[in-house]
Amino acid sequence: MASEDTAHGGAPARAAFLNDPKIRGLIYQVVVFAALVAVIYWIIGNTTENLRRSNISSGFAFLNARSGFDIAQTLIPYSSNSRYIDAFVVGLLNTLLVAVSGIVLASILGFIVGIGRLSRNWLIRKICTVYVEVFRNIPPLLVIFFWYFAVLQVLPPPRDSIELPFGSYLNARGFFLPRAIWGEGSWLILLGLVLGIAMSFLAARWARTRQAATGQQFPVALTSIGLIVGLPVLAYILGGFPVTLEFPQKSTFNLTGGWTIKPEFLSLFLALSFYTASFIAEIVRAGILGVSKGQTEASYAVGLRPGPTLRLVVIPQALRIIIPPLTSQYLNLTKNSSLAVAIGYPDLVAVGQTAMNQTGQAIEVVAIWMVIYLGLSLATSVFMNWFNARMALVER
Amino acid sequence: MSPLMGGFQVFLPEQPAASTKSTKGSTSQKNRKGYVGMKKVILGLLGSAAMVASASVASAATLDDVKARGHLQCGVNTGLAGFAAPNDKGEWVGFDVDLCRAVAAAIFGDATKVNFTPTNATERFTALQSGEIDLLSRNTTWTLSRDTKLGFNFAGVNYYDGQGFMINAKSLPGVNSALQLSGASVCVQGGTTTELNLADYFRANNMEYNPVVFQALEEVNAAYESGRCDAYTTDQSGLYAIRLTLASPDDHVVLPEIISKEPLGPAVRQGDDQWFDIVKWTLNALIIAEELGITQANVDEMANSDNPEIKRVLGKEEGSTLATDLGLDNEWVVNIVKGVGNYGEVFERNIGSGSPLKIARGLNNLWTKGGILYAPPIR
Repeated sequence: MASEDTAHGGAPARAAFLNDPKIRGLIYQVVVFAALVAVIYWIIGNTTENLRRSNISSGFAFLNARSGFDIAQTLIPYSSNSRYIDAFVVGLLNTLLVAVSGIVLASILGFIVGIGRLSRNWLIRKICTVYVEVFRNIPPLLVIFFWYFAVLQVLPPPRDSIELPFGSYLNARGFFLPRAIWGEGSWLILLGLVLGIAMSFLAARWARTRQAATGQQFPVALTSIGLIVGLPVLAYILGGFPVTLEFPQKSTFNLTGGWTIKPEFLSLFLALSFYTASFIAEIVRAGILGVSKGQTEASYAVGLRPGPTLRLVVIPQALRIIIPPLTSQYLNLTKNSSLAVAIGYPDLVAVGQTAMNQTGQAIEVVAIWMVIYLGLSLATSVFMNWFNARMALVER
Repeated sequence: MSPLMGGFQVFLPEQPAASTKSTKGSTSQKNRKGYVGMKKVILGLLGSAAMVASASVASAATLDDVKARGHLQCGVNTGLAGFAAPNDKGEWVGFDVDLCRAVAAAIFGDATKVNFTPTNATERFTALQSGEIDLLSRNTTWTLSRDTKLGFNFAGVNYYDGQGFMINAKSLPGVNSALQLSGASVCVQGGTTTELNLADYFRANNMEYNPVVFQALEEVNAAYESGRCDAYTTDQSGLYAIRLTLASPDDHVVLPEIISKEPLGPAVRQGDDQWFDIVKWTLNALIIAEELGITQANVDEMANSDNPEIKRVLGKEEGSTLATDLGLDNEWVVNIVKGVGNYGEVFERNIGSGSPLKIARGLNNLWTKGGILYAPPIR
């Protein structure tokens, strides 16, 4: 900008201090920044002052007080004697549980449907299209209500539970599964699993090197499954069958014992997954269509069949298009999980609302919500950006 | 303009101001039109800063605000039969609604000058704190922490209640006590004293339960009706009201145990003693009218009575400043009784023998008739 002045003025005279665009710009920025800080400072001061004047308590001291209420689904030990901060942690973990499991199912479903929409089979293609158009055009809250009221609540009451194989039951109160009780020697099974995974990795690496050197292929997938399943089973037998199963039993009100998946979790999980999967399907389809047709033709030309073509040529290139919008969908799913409050799933928002109402400290609770959701979203973004960078085309 | 909302409004300039003040409106419009210039935005913010600072002082005189507005803004339940629910003509009716109407009658001489804000359990306190409503009359339990932490004053008790349990007797034959509920799923509204009492009761009796918590009353009702829970817990008056709205009320029974004290009453913000007094004495006047036998039908007749107490209460005492000291006119009790009747009439019409709920007076009878209603004298 300074060069413009000299171009017009002819003489390269230095402008007066206050007229120097650089210094002026700097002053403006300092003034704006100072004003912003002052405004934020004033807002906080004004709010606390007014809260104090209205005799409304403020501050985060309430987090250490006894909560006094119970929560239906807790991943960590929690009772009404726990503190508010524990209640928030329980809520956060419930949010994370539904978000992570939702993301996994939505991704799997989304990829299947997205690829299905490009299928050569008319029926598969149409089914996938209908799926996408239905779920994409319904608000997520209604999808949640659909699963909660229309699907899960019409299941029979506990007395007439539907019996499923392996001692599990399904009724309006949830999905009841046998629970494994880990006896002595169970660590052997864990060891077997870890060993199995480690050996699969090594086998895959060895197979890759061998293929590169000799061109011979090796059934890596089958070997891996064998190792990951076989070793724990072997350990189970060697350890003297240390695991016993606790089956759900019918009692006065409901089935007790075993492992229960509550209908609130189930409906939120299914609704968020089905809803988000419809968007992911479109992203996947766009990603695949974004890969030039020449790539597929070239792949066929060197003799690859359609399966390997998709897996080895198309998808790796499509992923570069898919990942950035996929990140947005993951963030959406996490944020949509706050709709849990409508069906009484004790997520961060539901627990926070109860805490807000018991303590009356709305501003603090809202602040906690915002900070946590911001943190979750930023963490997801960081991870997906790292994944994107790994998948990006390496230019040589 | 409330102090609390003032703090928020700066964060959210696009939101329409709860109470419209000209300077505020122009600030938000400037922002909405787009960023005209940083200077203007900052000036706007500073402008609203000055406004909020002055507003927090002005908010003290609720009576003046209500009179200037021309109606009372009253927070009530979103829909609890007998206590606060719209009738088939869309008018709000109920026991809590009539308290709002009584306050409006005391101020304006017209029981219809009320606007109702339906609030659920979560919204009710914020609505009162922020000044969205002048009075919260929504079967709210008076507790110490609500008096201190929330910055409220409870203007008395208009219904003495206790928490109970309701079950579907058809699907749970043989359950006739709350102590048999160990292992049950219990539907409860979140953020209520009910939720805390429930936890205490089951813990004290070494019983287990699965809480099924919803924030909105309608959602709790729907979940109970669909069979998601074995039992529903809330104040007994609420249980009777909710039972009526179920598909087959006769299948459901309210268990005999009362597990808590739930004194329900109207709440106002702290810091405005005059307003607090008006609500408190409106409630007292309703009870005193019943004590003195003043009814909606005979109030004009009673005004000519020779009984000095009745004359004093109805504002016929020569040179009395009782009403004007309260900030109301002499006819205030007459207007209240003309508008809604006395306490007994309000009770019987909405939740007592004259209503489908048929709740007995019980504790909510006058102290002279075996209840615990006892109002300090108007003199």
